[in-house]
Amino acid sequence: MTVFEYAPAPESREIARLKPHYGIFVDGRFSDGRGEAIKTINPATEEPLTEVAEASADDVDDAVTAARQAFEPWAALPGSVRAKYLFRIARAMQERARELAVLESLDNGKPIRESRDVDVPTAAAHFFYYAGWADKLGYAGFGPQPRPIGVAGQVIPWNFPLLMAAWKIAPALATGNTVVLKPAETTPLTAITLAEIIAECDLPPGVVNVLPGGPAVGQAIVDHPGIDKIAFTGSTSVGKMIQRSVAASGKRVSLELGGKAANIVFDDAPLDQAVEGIVNGIFFNQGHVCCAGSRLLVQESIHDELIGALHHRLRTLRLGDPLDKNTDIGAINSAAQLARIRELADSGVAEGAERWSPDCALPDRGFWFPPTLFTGVSQANRIAREEIFGPVLSVLTFRTPAEAVEKANNTPYGLSAGIWTEKGSRILWMANRLRAGVVWANTFNRFDPSSPFGGYKESGFGREGGRHGLAAYLESENYLAR
Amino acid sequence: MPGKPKSSITKVTGSGSSPAGEVAAGPSRVAVRKTYKLYIGGAFPRSESGRSYPVTGSDGTLLAHAAQASRKDVRDAVVAARKAFPGWSGATAYNRGQVLYRIAEMMEGRREQFAAEVRAAEGGSPEQASAQVDAAIDRWVWYAGWTDKWAQVAGGSNPVAGPYFNFSLPEASGVVGIVAPPESSLLGFVSVVAPAVATGNTVVVIAAPQRPLPAVSLAEALATSDLPGGVINLLTGSVGELAPWLAGHRDVNCLDLTGVAPADRVALAVAAADTVKRVFAPTGFDPAAEPGTARLAAFTETKTVWHPMGV
Repeated sequence: MTVFEYAPAPESREIARLKPHYGIFVDGRFSDGRGEAIKTINPATEEPLTEVAEASADDVDDAVTAARQAFEPWAALPGSVRAKYLFRIARAMQERARELAVLESLDNGKPIRESRDVDVPTAAAHFFYYAGWADKLGYAGFGPQPRPIGVAGQVIPWNFPLLMAAWKIAPALATGNTVVLKPAETTPLTAITLAEIIAECDLPPGVVNVLPGGPAVGQAIVDHPGIDKIAFTGSTSVGKMIQRSVAASGKRVSLELGGKAANIVFDDAPLDQAVEGIVNGIFFNQGHVCCAGSRLLVQESIHDELIGALHHRLRTLRLGDPLDKNTDIGAINSAAQLARIRELADSGVAEGAERWSPDCALPDRGFWFPPTLFTGVSQANRIAREEIFGPVLSVLTFRTPAEAVEKANNTPYGLSAGIWTEKGSRILWMANRLRAGVVWANTFNRFDPSSPFGGYKESGFGREGGRHGLAAYLESENYLAR
Repeated sequence: MPGKPKSSITKVTGSGSSPAGEVAAGPSRVAVRKTYKLYIGGAFPRSESGRSYPVTGSDGTLLAHAAQASRKDVRDAVVAARKAFPGWSGATAYNRGQVLYRIAEMMEGRREQFAAEVRAAEGGSPEQASAQVDAAIDRWVWYAGWTDKWAQVAGGSNPVAGPYFNFSLPEASGVVGIVAPPESSLLGFVSVVAPAVATGNTVVVIAAPQRPLPAVSLAEALATSDLPGGVINLLTGSVGELAPWLAGHRDVNCLDLTGVAPADRVALAVAAADTVKRVFAPTGFDPAAEPGTARLAAFTETKTVWHPMGV
């Protein structure tokens, strides 16, 4: 069979308009943070992209003060005025969508196809969605005049840097809160650029403050007495630390933490669609997805056929330059994350599972991990229990629907799950029993601003997106849904 | 186990504020006293520890010796609650509503007994005690009506930008550990337990240590109300001893600290963070006020389901 090679189709990095230096955004002004200046690198090449002046504890103080001063006037604005600011932000993001997408792929390592088609448009859509709520809060089911909480401290991860910033900022502002946001240490650039957009949209100073930095800055935000609410997306271990930290303070908190989702394939599933869904479930964003379908539960009778089809499909995945529009799998975000993925994958081999990857040339420089499949995995294996946060799929089998439910729920996590079957009644039966906040049936990894997202059990609490997402930012004894 | 001092017994039988059964008994008859036990998995065991503690009325008279539950009793109760969870959360909302209504029916028939026990525990006038009992019964009726409304009020379909049908529904969080409020021995107890079970959770509840007896008698009504065993598990004893085990238990999903003083909440909330429990710790609690939906929301999770549309 003749194989046609792909011609490279790279996006130009010039589009990102990288500056030599980025700083913090406090009280409407950009300045150098008083923390250490760090080089942020391109994980696909390990080359420095630019320098970022990180925030210090004093900067956190200043940001909280600015947010506190901005809070009352911002909350007192008519909702329709806050709405207009948010609509503006959404539009401005759309105008600069290509720039943001390239910048995101440079800083994060994710394929441009994803940052262009998912991250950036969904982030803009999130602002557009919550803009419309700002003057309709009395109709949202939280009482006739729901009140904002105050200053929200928001700490976000590196896997969807811009999208997570949008998930955090948009509902907070729509409900009248002000914000101190800390982007992840390895991916601060799009959040700072979003701050630039927010400044251009003439939001009042102090309504949004952005503080790049590491865990110390995050801790300072969590512990700061001037903050009323903490919203965190990240690992379960850090989430538990935050929940402990705020236990005494009376701060409100919402947590979106880790996952170990089961993607369940029945023998009557449309196999080609299921294969696409499995690939999207675990290899989307290199598996750096908290809701990734990292445990594949296959009905025993189709195990061999499905694994064969997956092998075939995985051989066609293209790994490489994140800026190339043909790329399916980009770079792992950091050396630390790569080390963690390697360590867990090695444990899979050591514990007796069978490892497979397609022939896949990895670039010489940068952080890379090939798409990897483990078969013969037992529920006790670490690769079936721990969140790998990488392009590694653990395959287990089941015989009956009840066994599938049992195995799917056999985890402290409960963020998402997938079901593949042509039988509608079985979908609903399964969906009813899976202890997970999002259930994708005959699809996977879909996101929408109107769709509530968040976990059961140790995957956290609170919802982001939709009407439910408002509750996390409203002061209300009578809130309707967490 | 310490025996009852003789003087106390004389005092109890001679006291007008003693439990209803004894009041009804004439001077010629020796009353049959009730042993106040735990309620776990639908059965009434004593504490596995063999311990009990004296419970006195508002006037200081000895009312009874209540079981003093232990860590092991907490664990047994959590096991019973977890075992009951799939059946109870999987029951139809209509069915749960009927069971909750049945609890109200069972209480209605024992209003006099509950009123006497509330009055013995809390003092006050007979009218006040009766009013509390009536409000407690009505609270079950209120939540009986909520069981099949909550999903409609808190859930809905989401208009996503794509060819998908997408809906969100509230579901029970799992096992809820509750410390009942000390102020109101019956209405307060019902006000924290009923909303948790209405949506399909199962419950391990520590009754107010100073006034546990009305709650134990309520358990007798629960046992005859078609409520499956294990849905509500009642412990009596020391909050300081029991609550930390509940807060740290890995198979408890939520913690309701209504009955814990603010100063004592912190350590429990810290322990709860180990398993990312949902902690509900309201400031101020007025069981007489209309409850609203905060407690329904506190112990339900939102599940969102996506399915493609196509031919």
